[in-house]
Amino acid sequence: MTTPTVADITQRKPPAWSLPPLDTPGSRAIPVDTLRRFADECRLDIVEMLCRAGSGHPGGSFSAINLTTTLFLDEMRHRPHEPRWPERDRLVLSKGHAVPSLYAPLAQLGYLRRDELWTLRRLGSRLQGHPANMLCPGIEASTGSLGQGLSVAQGMALAGLMDGKGKDPAFRVYCITGDGELQEGQVWEAAMSAPRHKVHNLTVIMDCNGGQIDGLVKDVLDLEPLADKWKAFNWHVLTIDGHDFVQFRAALQAARAETTRPTAIIARTTKGHGASLFEKDLVGWHGKTPTRDEANQVIAEILGRLG
Amino acid sequence: MTTTTTTTKPVASREAFGNALEALGREFPHLVVLDADLSKSTMSMKFAKAYPARFLEMGIQEANMLGTAAGLALCGKIPFCCSFACFISGRFDQIKMSVAYSGAAVRIIGTHAGVGIGEDGYSQQGLEDLGLMRSLPGMLVLQPGDDVETEQMIRVLMTHRSPAYVRLTRQKLPRVHRDGYRFEPGKLDVLARHGTDALLLCTGGTVGPAVDAAARLAQGGGPRVTVGNVHTIKPIDADGIAALARECKRVITVEDHNVVGGMGSAVVEALAERHLVPVKRLGVQDVFGESGTPEELYRRHHLDAEGIADDVRDWLTRR
Repeated sequence: MTTPTVADITQRKPPAWSLPPLDTPGSRAIPVDTLRRFADECRLDIVEMLCRAGSGHPGGSFSAINLTTTLFLDEMRHRPHEPRWPERDRLVLSKGHAVPSLYAPLAQLGYLRRDELWTLRRLGSRLQGHPANMLCPGIEASTGSLGQGLSVAQGMALAGLMDGKGKDPAFRVYCITGDGELQEGQVWEAAMSAPRHKVHNLTVIMDCNGGQIDGLVKDVLDLEPLADKWKAFNWHVLTIDGHDFVQFRAALQAARAETTRPTAIIARTTKGHGASLFEKDLVGWHGKTPTRDEANQVIAEILGRLG
Repeated sequence: MTTTTTTTKPVASREAFGNALEALGREFPHLVVLDADLSKSTMSMKFAKAYPARFLEMGIQEANMLGTAAGLALCGKIPFCCSFACFISGRFDQIKMSVAYSGAAVRIIGTHAGVGIGEDGYSQQGLEDLGLMRSLPGMLVLQPGDDVETEQMIRVLMTHRSPAYVRLTRQKLPRVHRDGYRFEPGKLDVLARHGTDALLLCTGGTVGPAVDAAARLAQGGGPRVTVGNVHTIKPIDADGIAALARECKRVITVEDHNVVGGMGSAVVEALAERHLVPVKRLGVQDVFGESGTPEELYRRHHLDAEGIADDVRDWLTRR
């Protein structure tokens, strides 16, 4: 067995990200290289926190991290020093099990102390196994029972419209769902509802990584034709490679240009993206955490990429 | 002090609710009302007509309505989310996760509570809602006994900053409160003191019948009871109820809800931990509801004045 020896990642000092103010309207034209490096720094922290926690969901956290990175750095208006700034854009992570994909960027940006990441899933921690908004700054809604986030996001978006001026909403709302999650009926209630209420400041991003606990989504309960379904419900629909920062940024720009309909972005992703160990077994790494050796293997691969 | 039901025209608590919302719309610009295709029945229609921009017709989607209301609440709005008690409490997971565990101050309104709705039968008779709502940490659970109390409750909820559930009736309720009554959340409301042979606790649709039953018993030389209106089922006024229970030695609860999980259960829990007095729970005795007129059903389940009086007398004599 080849076990690369790597430095304790908790002792690694993350780069000082020189970012423009994040409370300006997106896109902020953050260089793709910065986005890529930020996402990989987050991957390092995710694999470390999951390894230490001994339980959790690596596959779906890795598939979503390029999405959350782009949202936090390039797209959403927010203030890490003022998490409850009333005009902030909101992100609801409906696939709550992937919450490490929020904790890691929140720590990189200063919402959380980075050493708090290592308390994930421990008794007394603000970092619950699934998102808990009453405990953790930067978390907008408690999720973890699948299918509920889009409705909550719709309510937030409606508040943003009510508080806005004319067609300009006071803030925008983003919701990340899984693909397996789309099997829940409530998602389609919200899908039917949002165009009726013209919440054009709402964007749902489906992290379609193809896997769920009992197997591949296409085998368990196929969703296709997925884009046609959202189109039939009168959404503005875009399909992208969910790991391609440029494509995702363009889709978010297109969503912002919409003034009548909500936008649905179908992000085709790979479960475990960015770690060859995880990518080898899409379904297996849904809810299993790496051993120390496996974690080190993933860390070594990412460090190699970061150079 | 003895209050009996007055001669004022009875008003359903859902109707008093509809009036209250409409009246508060101007004062509270962040008030938003959501309904799931039942606005004519829940009476939220009155608000809808007066403030169409702040009324959200959600269609027949209670789960989505609750989530949407949670999102609105988390962004500073004052959402009232209306449906029948059976349908809205049926979306328990949404209430648990998107509302309660998200700390979203959604005011959930469940109308048409209990067998008092009559002919529609069990599927429409919310009989478990109190038990469900009571099980959620931080949830305020209220049930007014007449129109005066309903209106005050709705006003109090405007500035209440955490999740709340309010259980309302389809049927008209006799007024039991005088003008000038002040609703105090979490505090037992003593309606009548005929004596201290027992403490009779009622809530919602059984308040009027319980007040009548107590008067009949007193007039008939039967046991003389003190009547308490439990308008706040959670947090239950454990201290207030215990103090009266000590005086009265016996407690009887009566409600239009399954005795499993309802107000009676809350009272039993509060008193048992203080190892106090025997308690008898009157109500729907863990059976399904059925079709019938409201009067027939109240008779069948001993929720009318006569049934309550009989059961109180029997239980106190038998002991």
